[in-house]
Amino acid sequence: MSENLVFSRTPSLFDVATHYCPGCQHGVAQRLVGEYIDQENLAEQTLMVTSIGCSVLIYNYLAYDAVEAPHGRAPAVATGVKRANPDKLVFTYQGDGDLASIGMAEIMHAANRGERITVVFVNNTVYGMTGGQMAPTTLPGQKTTTSPRGRDTATSGSPMHMAEIMAALPGVAYSARAALNNVKHIVQAKKAIRRAFDVQRQNLGMGFVELLSNCPTNWKMTPLQSNEHIENALIPCFPLGVYKDVDNQGAN
Amino acid sequence: MADERIFVKGNEAVAMGAMDAGLKAYFGYPITPQNEIPEFMSANLPAAGGAFVQAESEIAAVNMVLGAAATGVRAMTSSSSPGISLMQESISYMAGSETPCVIVNMMRGGPGLGDINTAQGDYHQSVRGGGHGDYRTPCLAPASCQEAYDLTREAFDWAFTHRTPVLIVGDAILGQMKEPLLRAAPRPADPDEGSDWRLEGAKGRERRIVRSLFLADGALAKVNARLRDKYRALEPLARAETVFTEDADLVVVAFGSIGRIVKSAVRKLRAEGHKVGLVRPITLYPFPSALLRGLAASGKRFLTVEHNLGQMVDDVRLAVCGLAESDFFGELAGNIPTPDLFEDAIRRALAGGSQ
Repeated sequence: MSENLVFSRTPSLFDVATHYCPGCQHGVAQRLVGEYIDQENLAEQTLMVTSIGCSVLIYNYLAYDAVEAPHGRAPAVATGVKRANPDKLVFTYQGDGDLASIGMAEIMHAANRGERITVVFVNNTVYGMTGGQMAPTTLPGQKTTTSPRGRDTATSGSPMHMAEIMAALPGVAYSARAALNNVKHIVQAKKAIRRAFDVQRQNLGMGFVELLSNCPTNWKMTPLQSNEHIENALIPCFPLGVYKDVDNQGAN
Repeated sequence: MADERIFVKGNEAVAMGAMDAGLKAYFGYPITPQNEIPEFMSANLPAAGGAFVQAESEIAAVNMVLGAAATGVRAMTSSSSPGISLMQESISYMAGSETPCVIVNMMRGGPGLGDINTAQGDYHQSVRGGGHGDYRTPCLAPASCQEAYDLTREAFDWAFTHRTPVLIVGDAILGQMKEPLLRAAPRPADPDEGSDWRLEGAKGRERRIVRSLFLADGALAKVNARLRDKYRALEPLARAETVFTEDADLVVVAFGSIGRIVKSAVRKLRAEGHKVGLVRPITLYPFPSALLRGLAASGKRFLTVEHNLGQMVDDVRLAVCGLAESDFFGELAGNIPTPDLFEDAIRRALAGGSQ
């Protein structure tokens, strides 16, 4: 019986096993970014800014020139990269603790300046690498290692809705939220990533895409359970959709 | 030939030095007493083809420098003491990732919010690394507007030759005083500068990572060994201005604008016949230890004068250790030093008294 190859690794992805936990969707998110860049033949023009957390090791899997940003500062580092190299494709890849907590000032101001960068924001509602602590995106009532009785919104606030916040800033050309828990959502995520890069290349402003992702280890779930949790718990709190597209104003 | 000197503030001289050294990107945040630098850059750098961004904070500014510098362009930020404290994390990242840049600190009084007047309280922070981890940064300490211009130009060469952040350590006196300046011909940066490490897109080569994370067994130790060797190699580059040291009985050690004020006092005392000299370190790191040790070996006594509670005096004492002592006189941050004050201190030292 002969094999018919219908899917292959995109060239930007190194042919290595990742350090990510079984079922983790960082690998999916990074593949989608790599597929866009390869389809557009931009690998040699791409400068990647990494962040702190599980996300930093993206450079072990995607073969682009890269600079490590301190925790939360990726949008500032990317600002420096892009302002000095306006002809390059520049993106940050950040988790929710990095972007929505310690890095809130940097993402807000980079967005407000309309930096011509793309921000890939992976939201799994916890600090993953440090062992599952509460994040600014942790769901109300969600148990984490630092909210052992569940997140109490009266003392710990409510989840930050970054895609909506970004959409409100004039410098942002595109802001969307997608999920990685099933094939249909992954196809939508791929389209959102495409658009988030395209607005940078069209010089329209910042492209922002939030990807609802899982953390089976820290959620203490199987990968399949974590996919269902995204569907039943995350998406009701973080609705999917395009919150802004400058080429399609008013049609959200 | 017409006098081509211009009359500028120290802050402007720094900005001009950076521009004439081929600066391509400046990122900054307002803080007194260094505001003339971002103001000059906003007016002049974009017109010269460079990038200027007023960042949302000193933290963002220095990280923008990190981003631009990682692509091999000449990049700079400037601030004053509290803002420099905020930058320390990223300076550590740049030391670890060996990313060249220039950071200007026009020191003001501290601790805390302190005041907006002159002080030298950031000496230890400047020469001992300042951020987390085991690293150093070259520190150049100008004492005049001309020297501020010259050393800022030179700082970029240090940064790229040694792949390191370089600090310009000035203070409110230097930043705010006006003096004649002779600009030299601008020298654009070598387009090949950093071509063996800079990020420009992985075209026809392996991709590169500007990083300070080294998780593999032994990898971080290798980086630290390389940094150690780099810092050792800097030692012969230590530099100082010496005034009347050859036949001096008492050598006063002071840096920056305080060194210059002390020089006035030393000259006056010399005119009275006192055998006093001055060593003004121009590089605070690497520190001119060999020079001081040589003077100590020839039997001289030392008085270190600073605008703080005593910081550089530690390095003077280490340099002369076993051969001589150094007394210390410090003006307090919050007071404005005068030549008379230092003259009195030197007279006490000459008379054999302690401060």
